[in-house]
Amino acid sequence: MIAVPPPHGIEARALNLWYGDFQALRDVSLRVRPQLITALIGPSGCGKTTLLRCFNRINERYGSVRTTGAVEVLGQDVYAPEVSLVELRKAVGMVFQRPNPLPISVYENVVFGLRVHEERGRLTRAVLDEAVESALHEVGLWSELKDQLQTRATSLQLDQQQKLCIARLLPLKPSVILMDEPCSALDTAGTRAIEELMFVLKQRFTIVIVTHNMSQARRVSDECVFMLLGEVVEHTRTEQLFLTPQDARTADYVEGRYG
Amino acid sequence: MNAPLPRPIVFRRPWYSVALERAIEALIMVCGISAVILVGGIFFFVFREAFPILASPNFGLGEFLFSIEWYPTSVRDVRYGVLAMIVGTLAVTTLAMAIAVPFGIGGAIYLSEFCTPKLRETLKVVIELLAAIPSVVWGFIGLTVVNDLLITLFDAAVGLNVLNAALLLALMSLPIIVSIGEDALKAVPDSYREAGVALGATRWQMVYRVLLPAARNGLLAAVLLGVGRAVGETMAVLMATGHAVQIPTGLLEPVRTLTANIASEMGEVSQGSEHYRVLFTIGVLLFGITFLVNLAADLAVRGRRR
Ligand SMILES: Nc1ncnc2c1ncn2[C@@H]1O[C@H](COP(=O)(O)OP(=O)(O)O)[C@@H](O)[C@H]1O
Ligand SMILES: [Mg+2]
Repeated sequence: MIAVPPPHGIEARALNLWYGDFQALRDVSLRVRPQLITALIGPSGCGKTTLLRCFNRINERYGSVRTTGAVEVLGQDVYAPEVSLVELRKAVGMVFQRPNPLPISVYENVVFGLRVHEERGRLTRAVLDEAVESALHEVGLWSELKDQLQTRATSLQLDQQQKLCIARLLPLKPSVILMDEPCSALDTAGTRAIEELMFVLKQRFTIVIVTHNMSQARRVSDECVFMLLGEVVEHTRTEQLFLTPQDARTADYVEGRYG
Repeated sequence: MNAPLPRPIVFRRPWYSVALERAIEALIMVCGISAVILVGGIFFFVFREAFPILASPNFGLGEFLFSIEWYPTSVRDVRYGVLAMIVGTLAVTTLAMAIAVPFGIGGAIYLSEFCTPKLRETLKVVIELLAAIPSVVWGFIGLTVVNDLLITLFDAAVGLNVLNAALLLALMSLPIIVSIGEDALKAVPDSYREAGVALGATRWQMVYRVLLPAARNGLLAAVLLGVGRAVGETMAVLMATGHAVQIPTGLLEPVRTLTANIASEMGEVSQGSEHYRVLFTIGVLLFGITFLVNLAADLAVRGRRR
């Protein structure tokens, strides 16, 4: 029997978020389809990062955050009281704007997730080695790094660091990968490498990427969400959003009139 | 016609401004170098007082370091062996660190990662207060409170012993370890914590999988500075160790430390005598030990890896 994929990778309903008194998200409702790349675009400060960080609830690290509404990931309400944040974050991986590998070896970075989530007894040398090799293969780092697995990850080049940050999500077999401007610290070559990687990954994951680079959104995404001042203005297929936007504000933005 | 001429632009500064700057530069340089000169000077004078002892027939370097016989005032058979005091210093310091390091690092982790900002401010004030207690007061505490405690708890003959001094030294080096350890943890970039949280690490996993590796050098420096404090401490250990020259066989035995020995005997020796010079030689030895500890701390801070 083939498992029927849930209709929505991620669904947000009437989501509001406040940082203290400041409302950063206003009544956001959104359906992100699985196995596609969805781009969040909009001018700086419109709440793209904030929305992305609701999907794995990492916003709650800041003390004064208050959220109302619902977010479902793979059909489960992630704001329900019985939700295990540990399991949520295992299923929903995140890549940050600045590459943030941990200051330990390349090898330990890749197996970090396994060490955190799996019982120690299961993590034999063979299991770990296998996880490292396949994850690094998948992001195209294996041939470069197979002889430097014990070097400190923080001493790699930036684009290698960012690929490593993607690789370390893979052993956990997440369903969703969230990327917050993953290329903004990289040069053109690094950007292209990450974009190509996203095409490879999208067959297996639901990917949401924040970008304020519109040509990147056009290149990589299948669907596009335009946000403004904490609200979702328009959400359609990418070509449509760029060629025949329905909302005047979207048209202004994609034609570069503000942002 | 009568438009005002543009004021000529002058790039010169008045002479006194230049002179003042030079003077300030010179003053700052003197301040900078003075520390080096002072340390060099202290080392030179201590060494100069100690050095002539090497020529004495009663003194041998091997005996000095490896003999436990310390009879500096004996008329017929004078002996200058400080092994027992080296062991005493090591015993007291090691035990103190065995107590202070877990509490100190634990406290630093609690302050920087777990407690609320308000509580943190309060606790830091208390810890600074702990650091401000003069060591002679710690000595009093050792003589009275800890002494009585050890006698009742362990049924010890005397309460002035290795354990007593180690407890005091642990309390004295705790503030250093906590505050420097907290600084080290604070310096860990938040992006590392964020990476750990996003990968699903629990708070405790975060501490030992992310923070301890990331702050390792700073925490090591905190411990080593604590060790330096403990090795160099004099007054409290003089009062709390029991001051007996012997190699301890248990935690409840009295010992004597190198520092306490100098402090207690220096007042009674005549200047320039052999005994006087041997005490300075002990000073040189202590200098060497603390120098090595500080050097190690310094290298740790600078993050020499592997
Ligand atoms: N931790 C925070 N505390 C308070 N305000 C915040 C915080 N993070 C973001 N904001 C505010 O929320 C708004 C949206 O921010 P963000 O989601 O980072 O925008 P974007 O990623 O689209 O540039 C901004 O106005 C920003 O100033
Ligand atoms: Mg952002």
